[in-house]
Amino acid sequence: MSAGQLPRWVDYGLIPFLNLAAAFLVSGLVVVLIGENPLDAVRILIWGSLGYGEGIGFTLFYATNFIFTGLAVAVAFHAGLFNIGGEGQAYVGGLGVTFACLALDHIVPWYVTLPFAIIGSALMGAAWAFIPAWLQATRGSHVVITTIMFNFIASSLMVYLLNSALKKPGSMQPETRTFEMGGRLPFLNDIFPSFGFGYAPVNLSLFVALVACVLVWLLIWRTKLGFEIRSFGANATAAVYAGISPVRTIVITMLISGGLAGMMAINEIMGSQHRLLIDFVAGYGFVGIAVALMGRAHPVGIVLAAILFGMLYQGGAELSFEMPNITRDMIIVIQGLVILFAGALEHMFRPAIAGLFMPSRAQAKEA
Amino acid sequence: MFETLVLILDSTVRLSTPLLLACLAGLYSERAGVVDIGLEGKMLGAAFGAGAVAYVTANAWLGLLAGIGVSVALGLLHGFASISNRGNQIVSGVAINFLAAGLTALLGQSWFRQGGRTPALPEGGRFRDVVWPFAEQLRDIPVIGPLYSELLSGHNILVYVGFLAVPLTWWVLFRTRFGLRLRAVGENPAAVDTAGISVTWLRYRAVIACGILCGFAGAYLSIAQGAGFGVNMTAGKGFIALAALIFAKWRPANAMFACLLFGFLDAVSIRMQGQEVPGIGEIPVQFFQALPYILTVILLAGFIGKAVPPKAAGIPYLKERS
Repeated sequence: MSAGQLPRWVDYGLIPFLNLAAAFLVSGLVVVLIGENPLDAVRILIWGSLGYGEGIGFTLFYATNFIFTGLAVAVAFHAGLFNIGGEGQAYVGGLGVTFACLALDHIVPWYVTLPFAIIGSALMGAAWAFIPAWLQATRGSHVVITTIMFNFIASSLMVYLLNSALKKPGSMQPETRTFEMGGRLPFLNDIFPSFGFGYAPVNLSLFVALVACVLVWLLIWRTKLGFEIRSFGANATAAVYAGISPVRTIVITMLISGGLAGMMAINEIMGSQHRLLIDFVAGYGFVGIAVALMGRAHPVGIVLAAILFGMLYQGGAELSFEMPNITRDMIIVIQGLVILFAGALEHMFRPAIAGLFMPSRAQAKEA
Repeated sequence: MFETLVLILDSTVRLSTPLLLACLAGLYSERAGVVDIGLEGKMLGAAFGAGAVAYVTANAWLGLLAGIGVSVALGLLHGFASISNRGNQIVSGVAINFLAAGLTALLGQSWFRQGGRTPALPEGGRFRDVVWPFAEQLRDIPVIGPLYSELLSGHNILVYVGFLAVPLTWWVLFRTRFGLRLRAVGENPAAVDTAGISVTWLRYRAVIACGILCGFAGAYLSIAQGAGFGVNMTAGKGFIALAALIFAKWRPANAMFACLLFGFLDAVSIRMQGQEVPGIGEIPVQFFQALPYILTVILLAGFIGKAVPPKAAGIPYLKERS
């Protein structure tokens, strides 16, 4: 069953919806298994994430992370590449933000530091994606495996750096010094006090993320390079035959992907933590996979999916207060189920739906 | 000096065993053309199943069975997604890793209320070290004594299972009809199909074999090496096993050497912590932790031979266009 035989709204609306519904249904079963009421859980989750200003603020803060990592995975998807290394690229991207902030924070205000932080994070993230990309392009070693390896190498490298060169002198904590005001992005609560975001760390990088969405859309659907990326992803052999350089496409796509993943560090480091610390990525790089799959690798879908996952993270935290039985690990389960149903099992419902919509064709095939 | 070496080798064997079991598990799956990055998740699920059941029943063997059961169930899920539904095998593996990480911690907390851990195992819930005959008497003989009584004797039964699984896997894959077909289905499934053999059933048997071995690997962590399940106790071992599998170029004997090498690096890094190397100074422990991955990347880059995966690995088999 190939694409194009069903109406577009079924392909882009009904089937993704059914996949998600299945994922959340199974999540509900897990909640029942633990001995709690799934409907109560959903109510607490929605209230905790959208019910009041501070909850919304946290939801948007998490969503900002997921937009960056989701875009990173999506851009690679368009070229038929699976960048599983967002975790490591974001981690190393933190170095770029930190260098910019440590160098500039006591001299200039934040709006001068920000461009350097953006460039720094993107450069470092892209650099961390470069070797896997280059090996895939020229040596044929699979980018999935090499990016997994680079996640672990990044983790070791960052622990080492934070315990030696970057550590604040005289401190036992493996973290840098706290940035001055010139290395901190303003919180949205200070810009728009009327929204009542309270202590939620949602900050200006939300807008950086939204700009990145627009730019990715322009890149993928409105530029020559984007056309090359999509052609290469759709049919690499045909693309090469048409004169598209595979090495160039793979390397550039992965650099963009790694750069986007690296920019996640702006939100977390410059926007919220104001210092570089161990494990600040905390799995957000992997959430990007679920977000990109759910958002069908389109920026609009990614924003929606990122907000949904932001709700899960914030609402899930609230849920673990109200129902101590349901720990925050529930979010990881839901994430796994979304990846399973929206990704690996995406075609499970397709034959049945096709039978419903085109009984004549289905009969013709049987005959 | 010699005693230190024996001690390092002894802990090498202990640290290599879970890698080896998981690596051989991946070997069955990938040789049949099903890429499995869910080794980590299956090991973790098995460790939890084994820890939970061994605690409740105080029987290590029942724990092992439960671990295998969980791991095979996750393997079948992977099979359902990637063989029956022809889904993306990488995506399915990622999903299994997430499911295992989340469910083990969630259910562990809900059932035992110790922050996701299982309680310390009762007597009988754990595989004890097997002492070989005359190990005590031979201990004082120079060279052979320590080698026999420290290195060979005194491991739990799963260690021996792991190392016996190497020749067994070689025999199954390279000397039986099933093994021939399994390898063929990873290289050219269409040819196997033409010969009238079910590609689907062969690949399912491969993921079941993979699940069984991952079950052993997980049970080893929680009820043989450790005394109970801990949250995320695999800590990337599944991915090191995957790296070892590539490093071994998908061959059983090489897999053993690769796992021993990675286990050795681990043992050395524990040993070297805070110690000065003459002429170099203190080597950061993170360097040893990263070394298996760095070596694998260098291998993948083609600088030490070339690692060529089974030809049909990662490609779902489509019997007929519809």
